[in-house]
Amino acid sequence: MSKPKVAFFDFTSCEGCQLSILNLETELLELLDIIDIVEFREAMSEKSDTYDIAVIEGSYSRDSDLKRLRKIRETAGVVVAMGACAHIGGLNALRNSQQREDLLKKVYPDHPEWYETNEKALPISAAIKVDAVVPGCPVDVKEFVHIVKNLVLGKDPGLPTYPVCVECKLNENICVYELGKTCLGPVVRAGCNAVCTSNGGVCIGCRGLIPNPNLNSQKDIMQKYGLDMQRIIDSVNLFMTENAREVQ
Amino acid sequence: MSETITIGVNHITRVEGHGNIKVDVQNGEVKECKLEIVEAPRFFEAMLEGRHFSEAAIITSRICGICSVGHQLASVRATEDAFGIELTKQNHQLKTLLDMGQYFESHVLHIYFLAIPDFIGAPSVFPLVATHKDVVLSALKLKKLGHDIGEMIGGRLVHPISMIPGGFSHLPTEEKLEEILKRIQDAKEELKNGVKLISSLKLPDFERETEYISMYREGEYAFIDGNIFSSDKGEISYKDYRKVTNEYLVPHSTAKRAKFSRHSYMVGALARFNNNYKYLSADAKQAAEDLGLKQKYYNPYMNTVAQLVELIHIVDNSTEIINDMLSKGIKNETPVTPELKECTGVGAVEVPRGILFHEYTYDKNGFITKANCIIPTAQNLQNIEDDMNDIVPASIKTRTKDELTLDLEMLVRAYDPCISCSCHLLNVEFVNE
Repeated sequence: MSKPKVAFFDFTSCEGCQLSILNLETELLELLDIIDIVEFREAMSEKSDTYDIAVIEGSYSRDSDLKRLRKIRETAGVVVAMGACAHIGGLNALRNSQQREDLLKKVYPDHPEWYETNEKALPISAAIKVDAVVPGCPVDVKEFVHIVKNLVLGKDPGLPTYPVCVECKLNENICVYELGKTCLGPVVRAGCNAVCTSNGGVCIGCRGLIPNPNLNSQKDIMQKYGLDMQRIIDSVNLFMTENAREVQ
Repeated sequence: MSETITIGVNHITRVEGHGNIKVDVQNGEVKECKLEIVEAPRFFEAMLEGRHFSEAAIITSRICGICSVGHQLASVRATEDAFGIELTKQNHQLKTLLDMGQYFESHVLHIYFLAIPDFIGAPSVFPLVATHKDVVLSALKLKKLGHDIGEMIGGRLVHPISMIPGGFSHLPTEEKLEEILKRIQDAKEELKNGVKLISSLKLPDFERETEYISMYREGEYAFIDGNIFSSDKGEISYKDYRKVTNEYLVPHSTAKRAKFSRHSYMVGALARFNNNYKYLSADAKQAAEDLGLKQKYYNPYMNTVAQLVELIHIVDNSTEIINDMLSKGIKNETPVTPELKECTGVGAVEVPRGILFHEYTYDKNGFITKANCIIPTAQNLQNIEDDMNDIVPASIKTRTKDELTLDLEMLVRAYDPCISCSCHLLNVEFVNE
């Protein structure tokens, strides 16, 4: 059997997920045993008109990108949204609470008319059908390899359906709520090995909500610890502006 | 080549982000020669408004994956500057090491994965796995070191976690520092092989003297602390960065541009090398000599070579820092909590692609009311275009279209542009095609 051809594409993003893939180092060479990378603009000049799996990084924020996205969808058998921007809109969607015109005037005050952008920055699924996602900002590369292997085998990608709290507890961290901080661990999808809380941070929600998140329980936790609801709404909006809207 | 030529490269490859090169020469006269930045606008300055000081670095990190450490450093330094937080020696050392980890990762990626394929005549690093496996493995090993330094200090290198305003939320262990120290010493041998390889390759011969701008701090090759230095004007306070950058818009670019004393200026490894040569380690100076790089060097293609010299300096400098930290022991310092007040601060940091500025204004509750980020690639764009405007007229009679296209792509790549950042760029288009 010939190896499936994989192509990487990027839209509105920081390209940190592709960089994380290049950071796979030795595992990258192993991954090349089971797939052929046929397009990856950040790292190579070669391009390909055919591919089996398209991995897309970035949000959909310009109408002019729609044509390229539709072409990718037509060509690829499987479309994978990689990283928070492609998966849930991610940090790019933080701007969605502001009007397009205001944004343009603020950032390009002299010539707002020169620049193209849609009213909102949205996940890739807002433009084309997506078959699988790799959550995170950036993606966890081990999880990326795991998902690609499953896809190559024709299996379900196998994302965890439990929250970050589970992994955080297994890492034996002190709950950050006990330290008076606001954390989204109870409602956000695990799979990152609680990397943020294990390094002295809090969960910032980059992986999106778990299926059926218990938002009331999250509110109870906030009240129990006497934390400001506005702070948690702000935290949710950091990466999940669009994701949270779907749930409400 | 003929007197009439049009070149159009859309989405230049092996650069970070989306940019195009457009060239139009009619009857020997250059009608158009420009670098278009077509990356989607991101609006970070607007997104920062109303956000809490604890989120500024988390947000700005996402301007760019490759430069995330740099943005976090500039962000945290700006917030610390605003709230008047002085760095402890350990905090300064950890920040410098984290920056150096990023240099390792970023410079190795650029030198070995993005630039060397041009010098060897390959379309990417992937075919080199078959033809130059030792080079690829060496590059992967060096890159991994940068990655692991970042992980040791920041929790991870892409969008680090532990660096927060006032200190670090997680500290490296002495065992980990010792392990990294050994690997840094091994890296020196790998880099010496890199020097041999690069010195055997021929880079395009082109010179254009320009204004070189970098950070400057007496006594050291400045990374995270210091003032601005212009090769034309000398030292300028970091607080006065706007007097230096003078941002302006051009219609063919979602990235802003900058100019100071001349039509354009250059930032990055070659600028730092030219301005701070005297502070390089002895072995870095020796490597520069072996590579044919002398102080006051005006060939922008040599930026890649200057990056290699910097890596050798970084090996020596980071060895010094880690030895000092190990001799004193890691102190369990708790991050300083800022005293909130209305304030403004500037963070100026040398990141792999050049000097980066962040400036924030905070309200009395610690929320951002105004933000400004000035990115190295944006500062370089006009300088690249000015180089292109020198190269094209001089080359149209002697170079074929394909050769000229490659010359221009290599020029852009030599600056190691980060287009995601600059729009917060690249692709060659000879028009009318």
